[in-house]
Amino acid sequence: MVLSRGIDWRWFGLKALAHILALLPAAWLIYRALQDQLGADPVAALTHGTGDWTLRLLLLGLAMTPLRLIFKQSWPIRFRRLIGLYAFFYASLHFAVYLFLDLGSYWSQIGADILKRPFITVGFTAWLLLIPLAVTSNRWMMRRLGRNWQKLHMLVYAIGILGVLHFWWLVKSDVREPLLYAGILALLFAIRLKPRLHSWLQSRRTADDGQNTA
Amino acid sequence: MTDDSRIPSSEITPESVYRRRRELIGAGLASPLLALAGCTEAKTPVAPNPALTSPNGFSTGEVKTRFEDVTGYNNFYEFGTGKADPAKFAHTLETKPWIVTVGGEAELTGSFHLENFLKGHAIQDRIYRLRCVEGWSMVIPWQGIPLADILKRFKPTSKAKYVAFTTKADYKQMPGMAYNSINWPYREGLRMDEAMNPLTLLATGLYGKPMPKQNGAPLRLVVPWKYGFKSIKSIVRIDFVEKMPQTSWNMLQPEEYGFYSNVNPAVDHPRWSQASERRIAGTESKLFAQRIATLPFNGYAAQVAGMYKGMDLRKWF
Repeated sequence: MVLSRGIDWRWFGLKALAHILALLPAAWLIYRALQDQLGADPVAALTHGTGDWTLRLLLLGLAMTPLRLIFKQSWPIRFRRLIGLYAFFYASLHFAVYLFLDLGSYWSQIGADILKRPFITVGFTAWLLLIPLAVTSNRWMMRRLGRNWQKLHMLVYAIGILGVLHFWWLVKSDVREPLLYAGILALLFAIRLKPRLHSWLQSRRTADDGQNTA
Repeated sequence: MTDDSRIPSSEITPESVYRRRRELIGAGLASPLLALAGCTEAKTPVAPNPALTSPNGFSTGEVKTRFEDVTGYNNFYEFGTGKADPAKFAHTLETKPWIVTVGGEAELTGSFHLENFLKGHAIQDRIYRLRCVEGWSMVIPWQGIPLADILKRFKPTSKAKYVAFTTKADYKQMPGMAYNSINWPYREGLRMDEAMNPLTLLATGLYGKPMPKQNGAPLRLVVPWKYGFKSIKSIVRIDFVEKMPQTSWNMLQPEEYGFYSNVNPAVDHPRWSQASERRIAGTESKLFAQRIATLPFNGYAAQVAGMYKGMDLRKWF
């Protein structure tokens, strides 16, 4: 990737647009919350809304590498950090809504909730794991960590799985929506694994060939 | 726990503030703008307060849930699993004519037009708390007939130990049934003494209006001391049975939903706490409303706890 020292206005515009798009759901939720348009249980609506957008952005961020593989273009990777940081932003909003609006003065419940409720344990773990990724998402940390940076950021796969599991475990009987997220996640993993699988099969084949001719 | 601790101090408006607010309103400062912002409405505490409940449990003085919220936020999976789905899709339910079939261990059985089924009974008013297993609650003014009054007419035999209820199941009228979120038809049941308890209501209306379709028109059960899913909607069958009948949520997740499903803050749902609830009530925004403590038997212990004497409520959740 060639980085020019001057400002690339086209990219600047696209990034600005991406920021605006990423902030729109939050703005819309907050607006409706203040206008009392979130229905009978606005706290539940805010919790679900911020949770949905966390998962959507997480999956979108995870889609950047597969997009690069499919289109053989590098531009998707340039949005990856921005999308990932907004996933963390929505996850933090989600956690804040749960803490301050849902639990409110019932903070004594939080310890029991996190330890005893598997779906909350899983969601909380996913949020915790997002923190080191957000902290090390800048260029300076990237350079400092070197090869370890890549290893650390592999955590995002685990976070994706935990996020979907968090959703799956909280629904009462209708698993269609979590199933959709799980399906997309599986598809994204499959696309990533495909070239590796190919090269692995290739290497096995050549190894077999070598044995046969020997 | 003392009674006082049930009302968070933040819910109590200091008298001085309260008096001053009245003065301001009295001085004619209450403009239409203030009314728009909801400032003229007193911030009444919404904590469950047994002192506000009449001795027989038939009525509570707690802040009621708005009609729009009672009719816009429903679990009625036959019309979809979203809370707003029933209000959107229940209009296709045909409630006239409505036939109720009574069967099983009773001297009198058969199918009856709703009008005949209800004939001779005076409609009574109840204001009950409703606690959903999901952790939210409402206060709803119902109209209906005590279930006991109706059941007695059919002269259940000594073999009748339980009463089983069935919801209408019609794929044409209920679009949510296309997805098998529940093993249709929806089924519920009560032990005979629970069915005969004066609190148990066969409701035909709410807020003085005929029962809205999304709330289970034209005939639904209201069992205020049990989690909401026990209060089965749009009933077409009532059977007197000897053995504990199968109930829908128990069939789906037996370790999460028991037959009794009495509201119990001491027994958590395996996946979430039942110690507290979000009360959906009043006209103010619920955004910053405080959670309130959930009470044993949803605050109706005085009227119903006796039925479960000697039972381990952890085992019989």
